Amino acid sequence: MANLTKTNRRDFLKIAGTTAGGLFIGFNWASCDSPKVQVLTDQEVLSQVHDFNAYLSISPTGDIVIYSPNPELGQNIITSFPMIVAEELDADWSKVRVFQAALDNEKYDRQLTGGSGAMPHSWERLRKAGATARHLLLAAAAEKLQVPVSELTTEKGEIFHNGKKKFSYGEMVADASKLTAPEEVSLKDPKDFKIIGTPVKNVKGKEIYTGQSLFGLDFYREGMVNAMITRPPFGMKIKSVDDSAARSVAGVSDVIVFKNKVAVVGDSTWPLIKAKNKLRIEYEPDGTVESSFDHDRIFKELLDSKDARVMRKDGDVETAFKNAAQVITSEYQCPFLSHSPMEPQNFFAHVKGDKVELVGPTQTPDRARMETARLLDIPQENITVELTRLGGGFGRRLAADFVVEAAELSKMLDKPVKVTWSREDDMTGGAYRPAVRYRFQAALDEQGKMIGYKLRGVGINAGNSTRENNFPSGSVDNLLIENVEHKSPITTNAWRAPITNFLAYAEQSFLDEVALAGKQDPVKLRMELLDRAKNNPVGEIHYDIDRMRGVIQTAADKSNWGKNKDVMQGFSVYFSHRSYVAQVADIEMENGQPVLKKITAATDCGTVVHPTGANQQIRGGIVDGMGHAMFTNMTFENGLPKQKNFDTYRLIRMKEVPEIDVHYVDSGFAPTGLGEPALPPTGGAIANAIFAATGRRIRTQPFIEQKEFSEIKLQIKRT
Amino acid sequence: MANFKLRINGKEHQVDVDDDTPLLWVLRDHLGLVGTKYSCGIAQCGACMVHLNDEAVYACTLPVSSVGSDKITTIEGLSEEGDHPVQKAWADVDVAQCGYCQTGQIMTASAFLKKNPNPSLEEIENVMNRNLCRCGTYHKIREAVAMAAKLK
Repeated sequence: MANLTKTNRRDFLKIAGTTAGGLFIGFNWASCDSPKVQVLTDQEVLSQVHDFNAYLSISPTGDIVIYSPNPELGQNIITSFPMIVAEELDADWSKVRVFQAALDNEKYDRQLTGGSGAMPHSWERLRKAGATARHLLLAAAAEKLQVPVSELTTEKGEIFHNGKKKFSYGEMVADASKLTAPEEVSLKDPKDFKIIGTPVKNVKGKEIYTGQSLFGLDFYREGMVNAMITRPPFGMKIKSVDDSAARSVAGVSDVIVFKNKVAVVGDSTWPLIKAKNKLRIEYEPDGTVESSFDHDRIFKELLDSKDARVMRKDGDVETAFKNAAQVITSEYQCPFLSHSPMEPQNFFAHVKGDKVELVGPTQTPDRARMETARLLDIPQENITVELTRLGGGFGRRLAADFVVEAAELSKMLDKPVKVTWSREDDMTGGAYRPAVRYRFQAALDEQGKMIGYKLRGVGINAGNSTRENNFPSGSVDNLLIENVEHKSPITTNAWRAPITNFLAYAEQSFLDEVALAGKQDPVKLRMELLDRAKNNPVGEIHYDIDRMRGVIQTAADKSNWGKNKDVMQGFSVYFSHRSYVAQVADIEMENGQPVLKKITAATDCGTVVHPTGANQQIRGGIVDGMGHAMFTNMTFENGLPKQKNFDTYRLIRMKEVPEIDVHYVDSGFAPTGLGEPALPPTGGAIANAIFAATGRRIRTQPFIEQKEFSEIKLQIKRT
Repeated sequence: MANFKLRINGKEHQVDVDDDTPLLWVLRDHLGLVGTKYSCGIAQCGACMVHLNDEAVYACTLPVSSVGSDKITTIEGLSEEGDHPVQKAWADVDVAQCGYCQTGQIMTASAFLKKNPNPSLEEIENVMNRNLCRCGTYHKIREAVAMAAKLK
């Protein structure tokens, strides 16, 4: 069998050590504001392989190595982070090589992928790392030439004096490494950016398009065994297991029952899939066992429960509603959703006495290590975590259940083990987007102005299902936001744009209802609310009013809002994870039928570092938001999901995607994150366009299972 | 268990597996060709697409015993240097987000373009509708297939 283990880091360092001629300069670029400088000899480089990976390194040949610390799941941080370092360094991008760093708490902080936070967290650190390196190289050159630094310039990894090339960066590395790094460095004026803001190609493109071993499921280690695990329905426990048929499958070496789970073990995957299907497991209730109809009942009870938690209260809501000329009430509901990344969960673990090696796709390597340490009672420093590429995450890989299972099995088997989840395991194995129901109420005065606003969120394992300080809070005099949570055995987890992935849809649809009731244009309504928040703020305001106005205006302008009577439009705007996105959905009638043709998006995410990646996050977020709002449902029967694979769990496909027109608002802010913010507004924009075109208001997701939606026969076409 | 001789990417391979083993697992577990991906196992997502005599097929539901002497091409054998026009177009358009589905997308597109070198956008959408992309790179996939058609 071919050995598929990838040890790029070691291979590369051997090459680098040979071509380097003895010296590297390293800049610790992620963990602190004043980068450390180290000089490493050939031998030190080779002997300190594991210590080396936090560094930006420049070899005497001019080759630049950058280790990217954050897990890569498609946000393309592995390209955009190095772009920032290379920009301030004034590097020749063609000489930059990027590698994925393993978990290293001492050298990196916030080494995780979640909350759209990597770019805002690291932007300045990365710039300083590159700028400090450039500063030292220039100082070394000035010393050598006996000229002031101010007379030197750099371009593409070369140093110039009075316009004449004097040195390459590689030639200055040895001297630069003897200097002390400054505490402060000046950063480039953004107008001088040459790499940031350009469509640099994905640094791992070639590996992806040629099918190299990159992902967790591709990982292979000589001597490892494979395992698959059957997990119980939620709220159930094992009563009995008959594994005789499973054990008789050729290629199955072991069947292990542990912690309410049954693992089948063998040397390759197919016999395990067969054996798993032959397990006869009887379950019995272990507390509450829920089905979807229970949730519908629970929602109704909790919407009228007296035990709601008040999340925010402004003014006198009771009086406002009593005095209202008009009160409108609407309820919105969404189902559970599976994250369903294309690569099912998996992890490799090797427990060797009191040491553990973990390899695989996780959004939180640190949590993987902590939970493994806790489970096995092994010190964290004895556990290494190496990151593969992640075949998607969407929040599922923030959890560590799939890591600790692998570690536990490895310990029991005393062997290196890779645990593979089948698609069915992945879909039925938990940690879903919570199901939520909202009740909105608005009190309008005689003029149609909103004088009171109430929102109650009820969620199943949703935590706080509201975002009490988001818009329209701050713009309404009398406001009450409440939350009630139902605790369920069905496990939930952050799902791309947690809570806001549905709250935005519900809220933006309801604001459309408010606009209609008050006979106002939906865009004008939002702008007027923002004017009130600006001029007469009520309570705390946790969003930037001007940035929100900026995206609303841009989306309205770029979509020709309200200007073409043949185009029925729906508007939506949302602020989440520090960024602002407004969207307009266009529906046109063709042969008497509504056709969804286009979504226009205006985004303020601060500086756009990598336009290709940004565009992908916006379009991808919109496709994601649209697909799940329209098509995807997950229901439960006796604690078990009824949808187990992509035949019944319907994900959006190519022919269901309209044109997406992407625009940015340059507000001059530093990058504010983009992995999630484009998703929340989409469902609302589409639902509002459907209402504009057909008069049908869709308040429950997925659309496709609602009677009012099936009657309108919406088509989706790209123009 | 039975012995199977397979012609994969121009080379002969022998494997000793049960005859119901899907080609996907033979490629991944027994031959180390991991570019062909597992995602659904029921021919719904297309992550496992390979060519069987130039036809794109789902390797996850194709039993090894049914392959016989038919010619199999995987992503690893699509081109020597990763420079098949479809791969070049994918790189030019910079399609991937997570990248997991992309080898399957490329195999679907390359088989399709061999049969239909000048497709309309509608034909591209019809054929690529077989492959799921959870990141939502559909716009770029469509653009890359159209570009590859011109590169040929």
